[in-house]
Amino acid sequence: MSNYYLEVKNLTKYFGRRLIFSNLNFRLSDSGIFGISGPNGSGKSTLVKIIAGIIGANKGEVKHFLDGKEIIPEKIHNHIGFVSPYLVLYEEFSAEENLLMFAKIRGVDYDKSRVDYLFEKFLLLKRKDDLVKTYSSGMKQRLKFIFALMHSPKLIILDEPTSNLDDEGKNSVYELIREEGNKNIVVVASNEKNDLEQCTETIFLENFKQINQ
Amino acid sequence: MNSKAYNLFLKDFRSELRTRYAINALAMFIIVAISVILFSIGNEKINENLTAGLFWVVIFFTAMSGLSRAFVSEEERGTTLTLQLIASPTTVFSGKLIFNVILVFAMNAIIALLYGALFEDFIIKNFLLFLATFILGNIGLAVSSTIIAAIIAKAGAKGTLYPVLSFPILLPLILTCVQLTLFSFDGTSFEKSRFELAIIVSYDVIMITVSYLLFDFIWKE
Repeated sequence: MSNYYLEVKNLTKYFGRRLIFSNLNFRLSDSGIFGISGPNGSGKSTLVKIIAGIIGANKGEVKHFLDGKEIIPEKIHNHIGFVSPYLVLYEEFSAEENLLMFAKIRGVDYDKSRVDYLFEKFLLLKRKDDLVKTYSSGMKQRLKFIFALMHSPKLIILDEPTSNLDDEGKNSVYELIREEGNKNIVVVASNEKNDLEQCTETIFLENFKQINQ
Repeated sequence: MNSKAYNLFLKDFRSELRTRYAINALAMFIIVAISVILFSIGNEKINENLTAGLFWVVIFFTAMSGLSRAFVSEEERGTTLTLQLIASPTTVFSGKLIFNVILVFAMNAIIALLYGALFEDFIIKNFLLFLATFILGNIGLAVSSTIIAAIIAKAGAKGTLYPVLSFPILLPLILTCVQLTLFSFDGTSFEKSRFELAIIVSYDVIMITVSYLLFDFIWKE
């Protein structure tokens, strides 16, 4: 059971004058797999970016709590793992150099055994010393999962997690979602039926509002 | 925070060594700018006023051609999101600032050495005053350039916007640095240069404070 939870209160986001969504309210607590779905442009990616603290909201707030205490915004990034198609790692470095640098910049220990386990799980162990620019798009997507999980985050946000992946890759991701969902909060933003089937609860965004399913 | 910022600087430094994103542009600009000035002067003897002015003009435009890379390169490569996921805004700004401060000091030391070797009137009589101007001026230049780079990184016309936005912000600094460089050529004492030195110190303090206050907002929008 996770001791992490987050609360979204009256969340409203505009891009310029265009309303993306308004008055979203939900709470994600305990461990579990939570889906966010909706038609294109409904604000799935925007919502997960706001939850991750990457962009701000126009109204409302997202609060993260660990052991009952609110996490200050400056430290949220150390508790979150994030995967999305628009995430790009440094191509001039090898996969392992990237991860080593990220651990140092985050100010956390580089857990080599965990990273090697993840490399093994995502079938990249033999290629970990190769420059990221030599990777295929599917390999880059798998590397993003290692990046997201290397620091054992309590909240894992997966935006379109299976894009660019072959069937073997998708199965690894579903296995990982189920595994992480048992001990942490996993948020999956997707329109893929198979992705959403993994979720125990789904928030559907449509016409600027949320519909809980 | 400090070690995280230092590690972010190391990331940028190693990345620069591999990609030569800024170094090549800066080196070429310095060589071209000084060559053009030397060719246009020819055998004419230029006075100290012009030498001091041209010195800071080269520094200003070299900074324009290289310092924006701190954030623009992240935006162009699409790695801004990655940085947002691994570091707090304060760490990102501090790391980028360390990189730009070192780059600006290295670049301006080379410009000063080239000026000393190639320009007859680049004779410094009050070296300590020149050194103080050089250090304070470079810090101001690095801080201003870093925050402006963060502002323009998400804009479409980055190349045009950077010098346009930098000019009014850097003008008070450059003008004061030109005046102090002239004082150092004249051998004016520290005591008599106190007012100009106070302006640069104030400029640096204001820019550092404002940059750290604003960066969180710039970085998340």
